[in-house]
Amino acid sequence: MSAKTTLVLSGLEPLIVTTESNFVNIGERTNVTGSRKFLQLIRERKFDDALEIAREQVEGGAQIIDINMDEGMIDGVEAMTTFLNLVASEPDISRVPVMIDSSRWEIIAAGLKVVQGKCVVNSISLKGGEAEFIEQASTIRRYGAATVVMAFDENGQADSYERRIEICARAYRILNEIVGFPKEDIIFDPNIFPVATGMEEHRKNALDFFAATRWIKENLPGAHVSGGVSNVSFSFRGNQKVREAMHAAFLYHGIKAGMDMGIVNPTMLEVYNEIDPDLLELVEDVLLDRRDDSTERMLEYADRVKDSHKTKEKDLRWRDQILEKRLEHAMVKGVIEFIEQDTEEARMHYGSPLKVIEGPLMAGMNVVGELFGSGKMFLPQVVKSARVMKKAVAWLTPYLEAEKAGTSNKSGVIVMATVKGDVHDIGKNIVGVVLSCNSFEIVDLGVMVPTSVILDKAQEIGADAIGLSGLITPSLDEMIHVAKEMEMRNMTIPLLIGGATTSRVHTAVKIDPMYSGLVIHVNDASRAVPVLSSANGKDAQSFTKQIKAEYQELRELYKTRNAAKRYVSIEEARRLRKRIDWKQAKLVVPNQLGIREISFRIADLIEYIDWTPFFKTWGLHGKYPEVLTDSVVGEQAQELFNDVNAMLDQLKATHALTPKAVVGLFRAASKQNDDVVVFDDQNNELAIFHLLRQQSEKDSAASQSCLSDFIAPHDTGMTDHIGCFAVTAGKEIEQLAKEYDAQHDSYRAILIKAIGDRLVEAAAERLHLQVRKELWGYAADEILTNSELIGEKYQGIRPAPGYPACPDHLEKLTIWKLLDVEKRIGITLTESLAMEPASSISGYYFAHPESHYFGLGKIGKDQVEDFAKRRNEPLSYCEKWLSPNLNYEPEA
Amino acid sequence: MRTKLEEEVSRRILVLDGAMGTMLQRYRLEEEDFRGEQFKNHPHPLKGNNDLLTLTRPDILREIHDAYFEAGADIAETNTFSSTTIAQADYHLEEIVYDLNLQAAKIARASADHYTHLTPDKPRFVAGSIGPTNRTASISPDVNNPAFRAVTFDQLAEAYEQQTLGLIDGGVDALLIETVFDTLNAKAAIFGAEEAMKKRNVTIPLMISGTITDASGRTLSGQTAHAFLISMSHAPLLSIGFNCALGANQLMQYVDVLAQHASCHVSAHPNAGLPNEMGHYDQSPQEMAAQIQAYLERDLINIIGGCCGTTPEHIRAIADVASRFEPRKIVKEEAE
Repeated sequence: MSAKTTLVLSGLEPLIVTTESNFVNIGERTNVTGSRKFLQLIRERKFDDALEIAREQVEGGAQIIDINMDEGMIDGVEAMTTFLNLVASEPDISRVPVMIDSSRWEIIAAGLKVVQGKCVVNSISLKGGEAEFIEQASTIRRYGAATVVMAFDENGQADSYERRIEICARAYRILNEIVGFPKEDIIFDPNIFPVATGMEEHRKNALDFFAATRWIKENLPGAHVSGGVSNVSFSFRGNQKVREAMHAAFLYHGIKAGMDMGIVNPTMLEVYNEIDPDLLELVEDVLLDRRDDSTERMLEYADRVKDSHKTKEKDLRWRDQILEKRLEHAMVKGVIEFIEQDTEEARMHYGSPLKVIEGPLMAGMNVVGELFGSGKMFLPQVVKSARVMKKAVAWLTPYLEAEKAGTSNKSGVIVMATVKGDVHDIGKNIVGVVLSCNSFEIVDLGVMVPTSVILDKAQEIGADAIGLSGLITPSLDEMIHVAKEMEMRNMTIPLLIGGATTSRVHTAVKIDPMYSGLVIHVNDASRAVPVLSSANGKDAQSFTKQIKAEYQELRELYKTRNAAKRYVSIEEARRLRKRIDWKQAKLVVPNQLGIREISFRIADLIEYIDWTPFFKTWGLHGKYPEVLTDSVVGEQAQELFNDVNAMLDQLKATHALTPKAVVGLFRAASKQNDDVVVFDDQNNELAIFHLLRQQSEKDSAASQSCLSDFIAPHDTGMTDHIGCFAVTAGKEIEQLAKEYDAQHDSYRAILIKAIGDRLVEAAAERLHLQVRKELWGYAADEILTNSELIGEKYQGIRPAPGYPACPDHLEKLTIWKLLDVEKRIGITLTESLAMEPASSISGYYFAHPESHYFGLGKIGKDQVEDFAKRRNEPLSYCEKWLSPNLNYEPEA
Repeated sequence: MRTKLEEEVSRRILVLDGAMGTMLQRYRLEEEDFRGEQFKNHPHPLKGNNDLLTLTRPDILREIHDAYFEAGADIAETNTFSSTTIAQADYHLEEIVYDLNLQAAKIARASADHYTHLTPDKPRFVAGSIGPTNRTASISPDVNNPAFRAVTFDQLAEAYEQQTLGLIDGGVDALLIETVFDTLNAKAAIFGAEEAMKKRNVTIPLMISGTITDASGRTLSGQTAHAFLISMSHAPLLSIGFNCALGANQLMQYVDVLAQHASCHVSAHPNAGLPNEMGHYDQSPQEMAAQIQAYLERDLINIIGGCCGTTPEHIRAIADVASRFEPRKIVKEEAE
């Protein structure tokens, strides 16, 4: 068929009207001029019930719904807008296109602004002259609608065949030639008038309509024909049976003539073939004007059948199902009509309102959640389901309150927000509704909410949980930030994570570790309720423990699974370096430039010992000093502690150990290639540290770190400094251990080595302190407790070659040369660059406040090649030393 | 008269550029970058307002446009996805939208002209990106009041008109109303764009690209692909298509619906697959190009590109595949 005759319309779904299409039913009951019931509902603003009428029509087979608000007592613009907005929220209704029906242009214009699909305007005409007609048609076009054109002009409504075709032809020409309106979007309404009215001039009303329709279809290509069918039976109001038969017969003939669509009540339509033959004959006599006495005969018949009308019921079979199924159906379908009665029945049956919520209602919501998750329901439907839920809960609320008399009737107060930088909040709103349905009080802070606002609010009102939402990827980082800040504030309330880009894995890997309270990913609204109930219920602790354990497992799984990381090139990584604002930096010139040796007394080191790792070495897990009183290992720990203190006392008394250190502070400058050049005070180059940069791709906010970032680059023209050091607990450790071994006292042999490790760590800690406060003096006023020292609360770092930030052991060679370590304090380097004695540490000092520890991770071949060039060593040599950090297999 | 763009698109498959956001993430920009000198003292946080970088980091935008053209893109999208008063209201920057659009268009224009100059036989174009804003005209943000709307058609149309004026003045070749999740928003965008064109007395080709939100196969506002097409058909369109939300594989069936029924050109710029659990897109350029090839073999496409997670490498791979196929032929009238 020629495509030009196809009228395409759309609601949520397409409606395609071709000449081969069956007749298109336009629902007529949502029309205040035609339905007294609808008028009353709109007047009383009972929009829920009014929507039911619309739904009934669509369920009854209407393919378009006509909506009309033309009534003197109604604000038509407001009513049309509100009702169309409501229809848009009902996918069962809005799946079909709407027909905006009004004789007032301002109502049509308002309607056009709230309909997303391609709708139909009903109607415009030449009644107000050509100029107005052209303007209105152009506007309709710009809003993307089709239009009904009534056979009406400056001289009035067409009531004869001739007038009908004259007006339609004129309108068609104007639309075509002046407006450029697509022909197939023109729908003529050649006026259906009542028949059998007893008036002579009405006898040919139906016949003229059929004839005009035929003429239009033959002479105005592309144009369609519609009409308000129920008009025809106007004189038989109240007589359902007769009207249904008249409508069916009228349509039968109208469609034969070429009528494409019509405004009908699909639930008030008989099937043509099933019309009682006697009645059909009478009806057709009237419609086709076949007898002079047809009206009288018709009226006579009508009187006889008045009371035996039938109405078609909509499908309510679901009402016959068991209670739980009915509740589920109501929620899945968003049917609000029976929910209160069913909820009441459930309350009686289950004996407690809470059980109704936790039982069948939640089960229903879970079904909704699953259907949504699997793409079988979509958002507007879910929102409707939530409303049904809310209605049910509202019904139960008085009973809930009675049951919980004296106790708080709220399940909890939840602060919800879409995080900073993100504006997506639809999901969050849904969760909010579902939660408030379940008697949680929701404090919704909206979108783009900074961490501090969220947490301040939560603390101010004593919230029971925080729910975060975000859709875009950077929101994930924001959520991490919120979790961190909650930890900083010593908060303990649960943190719920949701939103499209969030995931259980991300929550486990990135967010959970930041916060010691419960962090849980809630991926759908219906799960939020059971999660919050568990998180705040009497078993909250075990629930938290269980979730934390699950996430721990996920993290480990992720670690092993995530071997396939992504890497950035070394150029890219260098571009993404940490950019310290050197202009703002206060670079402190060390008090003591150059190299010096330092000796320690055991007595001075004991207070710097971090004992926790000591106990760990012995398999006694727990933090010092709590480990000493631990119910399981406490006794053992105390005993060990007594022994080690005894040994320390002895060492103190005998001066058997001589911990020593060498430390150097130098001028330094970083280079673009991640090298740090070390100078003496005359700016002679002393050494070059070749540092390595992270290449595994980071999350958006983080930079690709390298230690060289913490030293001011040469081109800043600023003079920065670096330090390095080596420290040992003393050669004597090995000797003493050997002696104990010789005495078969392996306990003490191990003990002395363990002490050596603790002492050298303590010496390094003390040395670092001395560097910060005196030798370099950049933190002269620092006052920190031992546990704060252990917690690295000070400014600056002392990374050690061979450790995560700088795993390249070769750097020790540079330090040894620079500080003359072996000669000064006797630490030697083995073939594999291990330090002897074992209780030794060496490293660098970085002073900048932004310097921090990190793990280098794996690096790419491009960096290793560059590194080999920088070191002036063969690639294979460098690959050997860096092998644990290579992200590739080096060639053999 | 047909524009150069209209001529080119009927000759060959045109390649649209890839993601802006993904590229910007590579720069790890901080609050200060977004603020620049001009907004140093702005009382609200600005990080994340990518469109603002048009004014504060034009150098980066130029780099990104250049990188995409270098990779073989024919059309650059301006950095104006959220440059409407409505979207900028979240940052309290409604005042600067005209400038955002004007400058973004100029930056893309300069880059395009530069590459056109280098290879005159392959002219490059600029499409003014017009995003959906963060408000929906068909969906209530308040579930308790489904008749409520956070934004009206008129408000949207006005905001879009303002945006379009800036884009026109900055010299765009087309307007790309994209990531349409609510068709009514897009209708308002067309309406506003037409108003702006009227004011400037120009005609700029319109491109529309919707978003199928999820497995339901519908837009966020609930329309099927075909219903979406029908609802957009009243405007004279250069192209209609889909972008974002899905990877090429998942998106193809919906693009297919457009290709069957659309009487204008068909475009697609899918994401680089679906985001992984960490919210990253990790589909490789080769994988994506292979999936795009399936589109081309089916003759679905006139304009192809990438959305979230795509990079110049992706565009290079896509351009490479696209160069080996003929564009879809338009069936002028819908045949049913």
